[in-house]
Amino acid sequence: MANYRLRINGVERTIESADPNQPLLYGLRGLGLTATKFGCGLGQCGACSVLLDGSPTRSCLETIANAQGKSVVTLEGLGSIATPHPVQAAFIKEQVPQCGYCTSGMIISAAALLAEKPKPTEDDIRTALAGNLCRCGTHVRVIRAVMSASGQGG
Amino acid sequence: MSAHALTRRTMLKAGALTVGFALAGLQTRAEGATPTPRMLDPNELDSFLAVDGDGTVTLFCGKVDLGQGLRIAMRQIAGEELGIGVDKIKYVEGDTALTPDQGRTSGSNGIQRGGMQVRRAAATAREALVALAAQRLNMAADDLIAADGQVRPKNGGAGIRFSDLIGGRSFNLKLNPKAPLKNPATYTLVGKPLPRPDVPAKCTGTFIYMQDFSLPDMVHARVIRPPAIGAKLVAVDEASIKDLSGAKAVRIKDFLAVIADDEWTAVRASRALRAQWSEWSGLPEQDKLVATLRGDSDITDEVLVNRGGPRAGAVLGAITRSATYFWPMQSHGSIGPSCAVADVNSEAATIWTASQGTHGNRKTFARFLGLSEEAVRLIYVEGAGCYGMNGHEDAAADAAILSRAVGRPVRVQWSRQDEHGWDPKGPPQLLDISGVVDPTELIIEWRTTMWLPQTTRGLPDIPLLAPAAAGLDDVRGLQPGMISQNADPPYRADHVQVLVHWLKDAPLRPAPIRSPGKPANCFAVESFTDELAAAAGLDSVEFRLRALSDPRGTEVIKRAAALMNWQSRPSPGPDRNAAIMRGRGFAYVHYKHSESYVAMGMEVAVERSSGRIRVERVACAFDCGQIINPDGVRAQVEGSILQTLSRALMEEVQFDRSHVTSVDWSSYPILRFPDVPKLDIVLIDRPTEPPLGAGEAACAPVGAALANAVFDASGARLRTVPFTPERVKATLDGV
Repeated sequence: MANYRLRINGVERTIESADPNQPLLYGLRGLGLTATKFGCGLGQCGACSVLLDGSPTRSCLETIANAQGKSVVTLEGLGSIATPHPVQAAFIKEQVPQCGYCTSGMIISAAALLAEKPKPTEDDIRTALAGNLCRCGTHVRVIRAVMSASGQGG
Repeated sequence: MSAHALTRRTMLKAGALTVGFALAGLQTRAEGATPTPRMLDPNELDSFLAVDGDGTVTLFCGKVDLGQGLRIAMRQIAGEELGIGVDKIKYVEGDTALTPDQGRTSGSNGIQRGGMQVRRAAATAREALVALAAQRLNMAADDLIAADGQVRPKNGGAGIRFSDLIGGRSFNLKLNPKAPLKNPATYTLVGKPLPRPDVPAKCTGTFIYMQDFSLPDMVHARVIRPPAIGAKLVAVDEASIKDLSGAKAVRIKDFLAVIADDEWTAVRASRALRAQWSEWSGLPEQDKLVATLRGDSDITDEVLVNRGGPRAGAVLGAITRSATYFWPMQSHGSIGPSCAVADVNSEAATIWTASQGTHGNRKTFARFLGLSEEAVRLIYVEGAGCYGMNGHEDAAADAAILSRAVGRPVRVQWSRQDEHGWDPKGPPQLLDISGVVDPTELIIEWRTTMWLPQTTRGLPDIPLLAPAAAGLDDVRGLQPGMISQNADPPYRADHVQVLVHWLKDAPLRPAPIRSPGKPANCFAVESFTDELAAAAGLDSVEFRLRALSDPRGTEVIKRAAALMNWQSRPSPGPDRNAAIMRGRGFAYVHYKHSESYVAMGMEVAVERSSGRIRVERVACAFDCGQIINPDGVRAQVEGSILQTLSRALMEEVQFDRSHVTSVDWSSYPILRFPDVPKLDIVLIDRPTEPPLGAGEAACAPVGAALANAVFDASGARLRTVPFTPERVKATLDGV
């Protein structure tokens, strides 16, 4: 067993693992941070997206050894029901999720986009979220929510 | 509810206690297999509703929220009829120990059947509460109203709270079908776009999905499925995982799994475990599937529709057409692979599952576990959307069998490859249609012949993988769902026949997938209608309107055509020789010929050089009768359209002779953000009509509206799904 130290949602945390190649996803969920979802384990669907040093990252492909010493933000760390991040607030206002299993990854990707580009076009949003799959078909609400979170429309 | 027996389940990790609530406080899931017995008879009021002592009401619902919004819609129905705000209603769903059996949450019947039971229960309760108050106040019941959780005189004055009338006690009443219902004109909750209570938790990471649920002392498991579907397990090399601390292999005949205390070790063990399997290659050749279905001699014929008998003689000037349509096998494509937790011993089983049918599964699980039904409790926990019967039931069976074998609670999480490879599939559907059309009489004759896998009679549920592999008492057969509906046109026609060749087997295990059978049947029927209209030289919307007599059908068609700014002309349109050809298409369905009315228009651009279709806009008019929650209905229509566009444009399960080969999102692609069209949806509310299902009807016309638009753009007729660029290009080149 080895210890891997990371800053998760602003707090120093330790992930214990016998395997340095353990994906960050399992480390986070093992700490009880279950907002970050297992979707494919292949980096294809975006459900496990987190911010790693501010960049949207597939936590199913990122190893804990590689993430050591870095800063991770998960959906729990972005905001809460009482004090939601603007993207979370917009997703709630637009009633975006149906099953909501992809929502964590969607909001993380959208928050990363807005951090980079505060006033994206609709095409920017579509491109930024192209790697986040949704099966319920909530896409038009996602786009509307991200536009609204950026202070455009909505 | 307040005095359940304490078991170790009350020590559930904090997260497990926070499932599916948010509007009305905690939903209890902590009773274990033997909570305080509750009335569960669906004819009894106490099965559905309890007036608690604290001013709240608890609604016990056998229908479950899969993300489609029943948690708010059911509260709206109950609160409206009872006279209490939705924030005062607690909601318990899909727990075989706590909720009445209202049937599977499927077939778009959550509201139209389950919701109407809840409405009747709430009306019965209101009648009883008013009678109790009349006695206490010494007033006539007619002079009292129920509102805001109390019964009070209509003319003012102090009322009595529900909790003071009956709080904590039983009604001991049968549901009264004659209990007076509120006049829809006075509704204050039904018809309002109230927000769904689970949304804030889903957006902030505090919602506990099936995939997040855990129990103390639980182990993590992965099941190792064979490399070929029918392969038998020959040998397992347990030494191959000896270096993985705590990992163990579990083998029961051909059922093989690994367990470990932590999930990642279980994943590693599942990859490291060496096992030897027998050869098997019993699947048909994929590129000969249509011929295989057509040539299958093991069939039972059934005439589903026979109107007007055979036509006598020829009609002067009439045009005859025939065509073949095919819809392939498709996966449910859940974003989260299936997951379940089970705690099973020799006397009892408790299973946490995201299945749409906890009650219906009870018999199946009791059977293969060798327990009485009473000893089996299934508890619904929402998972990633399943859109029918994906792998949730199989994962639950995996977990149950493993828990019994290892004597501890077990969590089974499927991999992506498990989900795509092993979820039961939407079955293949092959349809031949022939018809005779005349520009004046319109449809004179229509014949549909279908090849469909038949549901095995008397199946309690779908056959499951784990019991079959483990040699347990499993049911055998097929359960593809109600896939033969809407195979006849909704239009006036003197001679109509629908014949189905029921196949005894299916290439891959079939199961209901959203709107079972209807996307394919409506694709064929509404494409062929379009072919007849084009053959007769008529505009396709005018053709439908002239051939239709149902006024609600007529209205959705007119409304959708108006959204499209539809210009009358026959197809194909003028754009056929452009590099980018643009066109519009239309389709209509009266769902199951008895439920919601949907009309849909689509605008597409087709790139001649590549065959790539770009769907630019979808317009939909939707009439599901009385709307309980318009935002919920709108979300379902949006989702139905986009999910079915994905199925029509991209999706086909790939397989070789041994197994499914499309086992991830690159080999089984689905719609992505850049592909998403503009959606224009109009909902037609009919408050005085019964509410009809809204969860899947809008799936049905998508394939035909799309194919008809491509025909209008290019003159090329697509009759095989999916409309991949290669297939479109080949069809364009053939025109």
